[in-house]
Order: sequence, then structure tokens, then C-alpha cells
Amino acid sequence: MKRVASIAAALCAASVAHAAKIGDLTDTTWTSQAIEFLSLDTPIVRSAVLGTLLIGFCCSVLGSFLVVRKLALLGDTLSHAVLPGVALGFLWNASKDPWAIFIGATAAGILGVALVGWIKQTTHLKEDSAMGMVLAGFYGLGICMTTVIQNMAMGNKSGLDKFFFGQAAALSSGDIQLLGIISVITIILVLLFYKEFLAISFDVGFAQAIGMPVQLLHYALMALLTFAVVVSLQAVGVVLVSALLITPAAAAFLLTDRMHWMLVLSAAFGMLSGVLGAFISYLSHNLPTGPLIVLGATLIFILALLFGPRHGLLTKIIHRRRQRQRIALENTLKAVFHLCEKAHFKRKAFATSELSVERNSNLRAIESEIRNLEKAGMAEPMDDPSQAQLSGKARFKLTTEGWYRACEIVRNHRLWELYLTNAADYQSDHVHDDAEEIEHLLGKDLVQRLEKRLQNPIHDPHGRLIPSKDQLTV
Amino acid sequence: MSANLTLYKRSLLSLARWRRPRFAASIQSASSFASDAKHSNETSVPMTNDTNPKTPSPLEVHDLTVAYTKRPVLYGIDLEVPKGSIVGVVGPNGAGKSTLIKSIMGLLPVASGWIKVFGKSFNQSVTRVGYVPQRESVDWDFPVNAMDVVLMGRYGRLGPFKRPSKADKEIAMACLEKVKMLPYANRQISNLSGGQQQRVFLARALAQESDLYLMDEPFVGVDATTEAAIIEILRELQAQGKTLIVVHHDLTTAPDYFDRILLLNMRVVAFGKTEDVFNFDNLQMAYGGRLSILSEVALSRARKKAEGDTPDNLAE
Repeated sequence: MKRVASIAAALCAASVAHAAKIGDLTDTTWTSQAIEFLSLDTPIVRSAVLGTLLIGFCCSVLGSFLVVRKLALLGDTLSHAVLPGVALGFLWNASKDPWAIFIGATAAGILGVALVGWIKQTTHLKEDSAMGMVLAGFYGLGICMTTVIQNMAMGNKSGLDKFFFGQAAALSSGDIQLLGIISVITIILVLLFYKEFLAISFDVGFAQAIGMPVQLLHYALMALLTFAVVVSLQAVGVVLVSALLITPAAAAFLLTDRMHWMLVLSAAFGMLSGVLGAFISYLSHNLPTGPLIVLGATLIFILALLFGPRHGLLTKIIHRRRQRQRIALENTLKAVFHLCEKAHFKRKAFATSELSVERNSNLRAIESEIRNLEKAGMAEPMDDPSQAQLSGKARFKLTTEGWYRACEIVRNHRLWELYLTNAADYQSDHVHDDAEEIEHLLGKDLVQRLEKRLQNPIHDPHGRLIPSKDQLTV
Repeated sequence: MSANLTLYKRSLLSLARWRRPRFAASIQSASSFASDAKHSNETSVPMTNDTNPKTPSPLEVHDLTVAYTKRPVLYGIDLEVPKGSIVGVVGPNGAGKSTLIKSIMGLLPVASGWIKVFGKSFNQSVTRVGYVPQRESVDWDFPVNAMDVVLMGRYGRLGPFKRPSKADKEIAMACLEKVKMLPYANRQISNLSGGQQQRVFLARALAQESDLYLMDEPFVGVDATTEAAIIEILRELQAQGKTLIVVHHDLTTAPDYFDRILLLNMRVVAFGKTEDVFNFDNLQMAYGGRLSILSEVALSRARKKAEGDTPDNLAE
């Protein structure tokens, strides 16, 4: 039985030999496999789905509290710290008894967390250093203990390596039972003590000042977390379990501004990534479940990062692009207004070449700007496009809506210039650039307040007319 | 009264264990502090309200010493705050102003001495004390809105297992209204300005509906309008007979805002009515000059005391 020389070799050998996958037992095409998976026919699929669902739920709900308390590293600390406990539980009756392992691992996990708290309290080391040390120290101890167990001559040692890399298919009915119990306890405690957990997470000093048993609540949360980590270890492994705690919660954090919604979203993301991982692992014959679950969660996070309605990167880019387009459109309208003003409001139609001179820009750019105006319904061509092929000669005019908008923009600009010179004591030749930016941003309320403040003015500081909607019609 | 008994036992124990240095009284004789009589007997038992027919003081502190990892931060603090006063706690940086507030609420272990809130231990009076922590003490990116934060002020009264009721929500709304933050009730707290955040914290304390308020630098980082609004609310609370203890760093406004001043620099430099206490000599003593020599001596003795400290029998 001295198959293994070192723990590293053991782990490598193990991961290759029992590549963690659920689809091992069947050998059909992937469509029929997908149907098989979705119909939940075989017990192995059922236990894998149920297991990953419950793991996703527990880890992501409890992990939300870690994320908002900036204790993300604590997840890693816990998952590594439980390892010596797992080994001890294994030694208890020399088999993979879920309860013995659970008890040993929980004890080790809580000891690890308590040690972090103790180091933080008695030294002036910060929490992150304490967590880093406890993590590595316990992990080292765990590896040594498992190596010793692997080398001992005793019964069934298979399954110990699952704790390092995880194997969802290895979840026994006992494991599922345990997971179910932990999930129920998690739901009950989080619902029952939601306001306490919220208070200690947001403002621990205040929570203590209003008489909450802060230490007890902290350790209750840590105990729940340890439970969740221990039961998830076998499915996803020591290294990846912290990703299950953090990633769905982080994705939820990007999408909502309320703690209870964060918990709900996080739970949904956790369960979704769990099932997603199990499903893909089932379809592909060689991919392990644990990493796929984590990849699923990461994918959800990336989607939230890109498409989140408020903080999403892509959302922001789209928003900025729209804003730029709007500003370009408004600048064109303003230029048309200026043309109109120079013609003493006697002409409605203008050639593109005229606008090109006014905006000091080349014809091609102007033509595309006018096309944009036409698309927005703010301008219309005057001539038959087939006749006016001569470049720069094509004429256009603004629609009523376009004219209305043009007046509005110029009005904003001139009102602001007047405000700066009158109220803020700017020189009249210093105000144009500022107004150039603000004209696109003034809302109705602000314009109304400006009008009131300036007593409905008629002329801007340069003596030009401030257009109002009813004064100017074309 | 069982808690008073344990409190009594504890103080007796701490008295028996350490021979208290007598520096506190000698320094305080220079100040206008009036309760020196109590110091005369080292083994004197703290007065509890059952021997005292008058209503107990909202806050009574006797010979309080607080140490961070054996380095004393506060020592020999004696205080008796009369009901309905606004006390400004003033002193240089590191004087232990926040430490005093935190140790009153049991957030820090006390090395020796005792604290009574309305004649009882803090834990027994916990619902009668409102708290405004420093604004930087929390993460403002936390996923809660202004309303959620103010509702936390109700948690202490709710006790475990109960959720905030409609009545609690109405109280929270009224408190938000009082600090003129009702239009921002649904804003995530990071989208509020510093002054608005401070007002949310004040609203949370108001929602506690307490009789004694402890406020840690409520005027830091707020604009003039907010400062005026806050002081107006504080006056209103005072008019309702509540007692307020406010840590403050701005000496220019302190005499206008507070009717009593506690000048603090690791010990009580002076405590009393603003007009009696807020003078050049006392400020000089609190902020520099000849204090340093005295405090050197006092510090070394306090340090000796702190080294013999075993915090287990002193917690709470």
C-alpha cells in the first residue's frame, strides 16, 4: 500500500485517477445526456444537483456577510484551517464518516477563527496578517496529518484527497443530509437574526452600544460559515471553497444597494453556479465539477460587472456614448441656429456647405451629422436627393422639433453666460467655454431657477437675443 | 439590585488589589471639580441610589482608568453629569475623548473605577443611552440606505427576534424628517455628502429615544448649515430634559454650544459650568505648558497600576 511517496504525488495521482466528474458512469451523446441530467432520473445526478444547489446556497448567503465586512480572506482561512480537523475526524474511526469529519473540521475551523481574533487583540498585528498566518499554519499541519494517514496501514483511506480538490460526484447521501441540515440552520438563523447580523456588520460599535451580544453573534456567524465550508469541501476542495463564499456575493454587491436583496441575489447566483457546474461537468466527460462551479460563479460576476444597471462597465460605456451622441446632435442644432440668426431668421433652409463653414468642419462630417439629425427627426432634406448630388449643395431645414430643441440649447447657453456675468462676477469674455459645457446638462428645474433669478432676461451678455419658445417660430 | 451588588463587589475587589496612587485628587484640587470629598477614603463604597433619595445622575464616573495594552489612556476620571445639561468634551488630540465615550458604553475594558448610568450599570440602562459614533467608524459603501441606518436605532428597544414594526418605521421617518433628510430616505448611504451622513447618524440616535446621548465628534466634516441644524436639534433635546455629552474639537464654538465643559487630557483638567471652567488657565493646562511635568509623574504611576491589570474581573 505504499503507493504514495509524498502528498503532492498523491494528490496529482489522485486527481488524474479519479478525475472528478459525474458523467463517468454513462456513455451516450451529449444531447441525451443533457436530457438525462435535466430529467434528474439517475440518483447520482439527483444527489449532485441537490448537493451543488445546497452548497451554492449556504456558501453564498453566509459569504455575503464576509464581503460586506471586508473579511473575504477569512473564507480562505476557514477552508484551510479545517484541514487538520478533517484528518482528525478521519482518524476517529478510520473511515470517511461524514459526522466525525464534520465535528473535527468544525472544531478546527472555529479554533482558527478564534486564533485570528486572539492575535488581533493581543498584538498590534492587523487582521489580514493574522488570517494569512493561521491559514498557512493550519494548512501545513493538515497536509502533514493527511500524509501520515495515507502512509498508515489501515482500512479505507479513499476519499481523503477529495478534500483538496473536491469531487461533487463523491457526495454521499450522508453528506447531502448534512448539507440539508446546515442549509436549514442557515436559513433559520439568518432570518431570525437578520437585524442583528446587519447591525454588527455595518457598525459593530453601535451594535454593542445598544446591548447586542456582539461577540456571540460574530462567533455564531463564524460557526455557520465553518459548517458551510466543511460540507462544501468535498465537492469543491480547499482552495476553491472561498471562491464560492466570495464570488456570488461580490456579484450581488455590484447589482444592489440593499443588504437583504444582496442576500437573495447572492443565494440565487450561488445556486445557479452550482447547478451550472454540475451540468457542464456531466456533459463533458473529463471536466471536474468544483472548478466548473467556481467558473460559473466567476462568469456571473463578469456579467454583473459588465451589465449591472448602475455600476456595470458596459452600461457606463453605453451611457457615455449616448451622452456624447446627444451632445454632438445638440451642437449641430446650435450651429444651425447660429446660421439662422446670421440670416436674421429670414431663411429656413441651409446648404451643408454653409454649416460646414459655420462649424469649421469638413463636409463629410457635416453630412453625417445632418443624417443623424434626420434620423432623430429634427431635420429634413429640402431637395430631392437624386438631384442634389453636388457635394455641399444639398439643402436641409430643421423640423419644428429640431428648431425647438435648437432654441432650447442656445437659450441654456446664453442664460448660463448671463448668470455667470451677473451673479458670479465673471467677465463677459470668460463665460463662453463654461456655458459650452453646461448647456447640455441644465435640466428644466435649473433653467426655471435661472430664469427666475435673472428675471426672464431677453438679451445675453453679448447683446444677442436669448431665444424663448414662443418668441421664435420658423 | 443584584447587579449593583456585583458592581459593588467588583469595585471593592479592585480597590483591595491595587493601592491606588493619590495623584488624581491632588491635581483636581486645582480645578473646580467638586467631589473631592468622595476621594478622602480609599475604601469608600460607591454610593448607590438606594441610599440616595434624589434621582440618580444620568452619568456618574468614579476614578475611571482605561488602558490600551497596558498604556493608560485615561486615569482617575471623576464625573457627575447633572440631568438636562449639554456637556462639551474638549481636549487635545489623544486626550482620550473618544476613549471616555467608548468606555462609558462598555466598548472598552475598564482597568479600574466604575461607571453608572442613571444609577445602574450601563447594561441595565442600555435603552436609555443613545450613541452617535464617529462618521469614519463605518464603511459607507455598505449596502443599506438612510432609512435602514435610522431603523437600526430602534433595534435596541426591539430586542431579539422582533422585526421593526410599522410604528418603528414611522418613528424612523419622523427622525429623518427632524434632521431634514426625509427626501433622502431611500438613498444608498455612499451617495450622501459628509454632512448628510452625519445627519443620518444623528437621526439614528434620535430613533433610540434615549435620555442620555453620547456623541463622538458630530461636527467633524459638516458644513455650516448642518452644524447649525445639529446644534438646534441638540438644544431641542436638552429642552426635553435629555442629557447630552458631545465630543468637540473646535474651541471657538465650544462655549457657545455647551452649558458645561469637560476639559480632558488623560485626566479631568476641569469640569463645570462653561463660564466657570472655560478660561485661559484651564485651557493652558489642558493643551500644554505646565501640565506636561505633572502628567509625566502621574503617567508613570498610572502605568504601574495598569501593569498589574487583570481585565477579566473588570469587563462590562
